[in-house]
Amino acid sequence: MTKTVTDVICPFCGTLCDDLEVVVSDDGKQLLEVYNACAIGAEKFLHSQAKDRLTRPRMRQEDGSWKEISYDEAIEYTARMLTDAKKPLMYGWSSTNCEAQAIGSEIGELVGAVMDNTATVCHGTSLIAVQDIGIPSCTLGEVKNRADRVVFWGCNPAHAHPRHMSRYSIFPRGFFTGKGHTGRKVIVVDPRPTDTASVADVHLQVEQGRDYELLNAFRVAFKGEQLPDVVAGIPKEKIYEAAETLKSGRFVIIFFGMGVTQSLGKNHNIDEAIAVTRDLNEYTKAAIMPMRGHYNVTGSGQVWGWLFGFPFAVDLSRGFARYNPGETTSNDLLARDEVDAVFVLGSDPGAHFPFNSVKKIYDRPSVAIDPHETPTTEVCKVHVPVAFVGVEVGGCAYRMDNVPIETRKVVEPPEGMMTDEEFLKRVLARVKEIQGV
Amino acid sequence: MAEYLIKNGFVFDPVLGIRGDKADVAIKDGKIVETSALSSPKVIDATGKTVMAGGVDIHSHVAGPKVNVGRNFRPEDKLFGYKAKSGIERMQGGFSVPTTIRTGYNYARMGYTTVMEAAMPPLYARHTHEEMRDTPILDQGAYPVFGNNWFVLEYLKNNEIENAAAYIAWLLRATKGYAVKVVNPGGTEAWAWGLNCENVHDPVPYFDITPAQIVKGLIEANEYLGLPHSMHVHANNLGNPGNYTTTLDTFKLSEGIKPKSKFGRDQVMHHTHVQFHSYGGDSWANVESKAKDIMDYVNSHDNITIDMGQVTLDETTTMTADGPFEHHLTELNHLKWANADVELETGSGVVPYVYSPSIKVCAIQWAIGLELALLAKDPMRVFITTDHPNAGPFIRYPRVMKWLMSEEARKQQFDAFKHKDKVIDATNLAGIDRELDLYEIAQMTRAGPAKALGLSHMYGGLAPGLEADVAVYDFNPNEPYAPDDIEKAFLNAEHLFKTGVQVIRDHEIASNGNKRTLWVNAKVDENPQVMRDVKEKFLRYYTVTLNNYEVTGHYLPNPYVIEVDATE
Ligand code: SF4
Ligand SMILES: [Zn+2]
Repeated sequence: MTKTVTDVICPFCGTLCDDLEVVVSDDGKQLLEVYNACAIGAEKFLHSQAKDRLTRPRMRQEDGSWKEISYDEAIEYTARMLTDAKKPLMYGWSSTNCEAQAIGSEIGELVGAVMDNTATVCHGTSLIAVQDIGIPSCTLGEVKNRADRVVFWGCNPAHAHPRHMSRYSIFPRGFFTGKGHTGRKVIVVDPRPTDTASVADVHLQVEQGRDYELLNAFRVAFKGEQLPDVVAGIPKEKIYEAAETLKSGRFVIIFFGMGVTQSLGKNHNIDEAIAVTRDLNEYTKAAIMPMRGHYNVTGSGQVWGWLFGFPFAVDLSRGFARYNPGETTSNDLLARDEVDAVFVLGSDPGAHFPFNSVKKIYDRPSVAIDPHETPTTEVCKVHVPVAFVGVEVGGCAYRMDNVPIETRKVVEPPEGMMTDEEFLKRVLARVKEIQGV
Repeated sequence: MAEYLIKNGFVFDPVLGIRGDKADVAIKDGKIVETSALSSPKVIDATGKTVMAGGVDIHSHVAGPKVNVGRNFRPEDKLFGYKAKSGIERMQGGFSVPTTIRTGYNYARMGYTTVMEAAMPPLYARHTHEEMRDTPILDQGAYPVFGNNWFVLEYLKNNEIENAAAYIAWLLRATKGYAVKVVNPGGTEAWAWGLNCENVHDPVPYFDITPAQIVKGLIEANEYLGLPHSMHVHANNLGNPGNYTTTLDTFKLSEGIKPKSKFGRDQVMHHTHVQFHSYGGDSWANVESKAKDIMDYVNSHDNITIDMGQVTLDETTTMTADGPFEHHLTELNHLKWANADVELETGSGVVPYVYSPSIKVCAIQWAIGLELALLAKDPMRVFITTDHPNAGPFIRYPRVMKWLMSEEARKQQFDAFKHKDKVIDATNLAGIDRELDLYEIAQMTRAGPAKALGLSHMYGGLAPGLEADVAVYDFNPNEPYAPDDIEKAFLNAEHLFKTGVQVIRDHEIASNGNKRTLWVNAKVDENPQVMRDVKEKFLRYYTVTLNNYEVTGHYLPNPYVIEVDATE
């Protein structure tokens, strides 16, 4: 006999689908099938079942080989590393639950760490832009129920957020959008002919790195002012036409991704994209939303927001919270040798950081907490495997529109395996002991 | 638990009717008791000090999505105001939108022990509860917003009070909410299309209902259920010159309705931050105070309570579920604007704002708020708030008390205005010489709000049996004092007890307390139609499933459930 668990949340991308069905064995120990998820989501669930999965912490030896250690030893190493360090970096926090993020923050407070999440190489620029100009936004259900103009700028949900288009943005029929896809006009702005562009009504193939100019041209076009013949590789007629399409909509939504946040111009691109949205609100209703990648990167920004007041790059080393991107961001700190130990949980900087930063992690006392073996675990001194959040333990996660959803536990973790939260609680207790508080 | 005897203080307690006489307050097992019930108490010498029950805030934006937007998008709000961790105190930051840790500590320092979060978007209830969980010391509850909710609009369009009530009961349980909050009824739904409802008869696009029907229907549904608190409204047309008529029209919707609640309140409508709703004139050039008209109405209708929404003349962060208002504001001041519309339920906006004493309108707003409180005949129905952080941060409550208690303090402020004469012309305040006393302050900050919340069986006074929430201030009301002494003393309680635990000792945080989250569990008869409607809307229009909606478990580690039985 098997059991089917419904309303399961997918702990992979910021789409945070919550309608999955998972079939598990009768004893609740084995995950057999996953329904409704996209391929990458299903893969995440099935991956947890890998037979060769590590179930105990391990420590790198002098000769480069691994030696299995107990959780107690891993806790001791981590607590000592964090308390001995002058300024440890505690990085990641995007693929774990808010409960773990909150406990990690308390540890960070005690040891004077720098807390940073994956926004630092992703949507951190968007967060900075929001601090400049604000952000008119909405929940994804508003998009589903109302949006008749949908823009994807520098993002490719067909690959990165596979169910986004069917659940929220292009295909669903909502309350005021009974015609579904046919009632919506879709504009894709991307230098590449992506799969998302292929389902769009209009594809503006902007020249690489010229997003700012094109966004600015939209603002000119809204006002009916003169444009040069070609802006950012796009003929002005197409810009005027697209601007008119947006102005004539009842509800415009702009989704944007790494193509604009990390290309030339960075936060200035997002400033301008938000200004476009503000302008559109003079004519109709318009909202804008970052396509957040990891399923709970948004949550870590929320937790730090209420505890410290900043969404990423939070430096606690002076006993209070400071925030100064460029200075307190992970790669800058590593490049300048300003952090002397590295703790990673819920992310894979080994795969996503520049080589120079990865080398700095390798040179330092370091711990990686991760269910998988990853490029990061390969460069750290200690690797602590943990239960999969959203598969083997529940906890809160925030969707890309900041909606908090409680993820579910669907199967038991392997015998004796700790969760992020349990491990961090033990580290916190040990840190307090060492510090005598 | 330790017993305490707070001896010889000057006690101000509207519940016992003590007006500054010397009295002892006894604490045992988390409650106030008769002094004879103590065996070996720790004695707190309060000779020459003021003793009151813990403060109760009926309306403050301290937890949840829009508050956190305010924190995260205003790094400048943290400049200069950091406080490093020390001892049991965790690190703190922020002025107008403080971190949750600072929120708990700062309220405690003012002698407040209960704070209600004034607007919880139901879909974001989990977030609101996470923040309240991380706010130390305070007992808290949160009001889910109903005034633009599609279920409510559809039921009330057909005047289906019973269905609206069943839905309210369901949503309070799903969100672990405390009361029925209404913000710009219909207007925020209109804002989803970039529109607004500017008066109580302005129809809501598509839904074919007016704000008046929404407000009246929700009052009736609230009384059908007999909830502890009344319907709590922020009316249409906030912040606009000439809006006082909309406010009076809204008040009138409560006429003839009597409370049906076992919780001891007398009102059926609480209207919040009335300062923002008391403007005459027809432009910012001729805006003037209509506080007299407003208070004439309030004074003569005892089924209404209000709070002030006092402007404190600070740089602050405005945030409200009144989405169209925030858009209007960003067009006026050109500062950054965040907006968050929420599917089927509500919306919100956040914009920083500087209330400058050099700007005439800000000074007029300041005067109007004070007029409301000073024209109040019954201080049990008019409460001190700043609509934190909209008209100013809550940390200014002691300053508001100073202005209310001292004509001299008000004169000093008038003299500091750039457009003093114009402000005096447009307002009544300069002609009001009333100075409130500490008994009236205790009514406006303790007994009054506790009663209006339906919580007079727990909070707001020092009668035996009530929760042992007690503040001791270093203030001798019988000695001469300067106005600033009031602010200083009430900003910095000497001792504070929360349910019998000493959380402040000698002006220092001594404990992170045992915070509780209050919510209302209203039982109604089974209502298959409403449950069908709920299932259908989740299936078709929400983007989360019904089974993932309800807030349960560890989000409320220390819940306090108030049971209401509305079954037939
Ligand atoms: S779209 Fe994202 S959240 Fe949804 S199933 Fe795929 S990976 Fe999971
Ligand atoms: Zn408010």
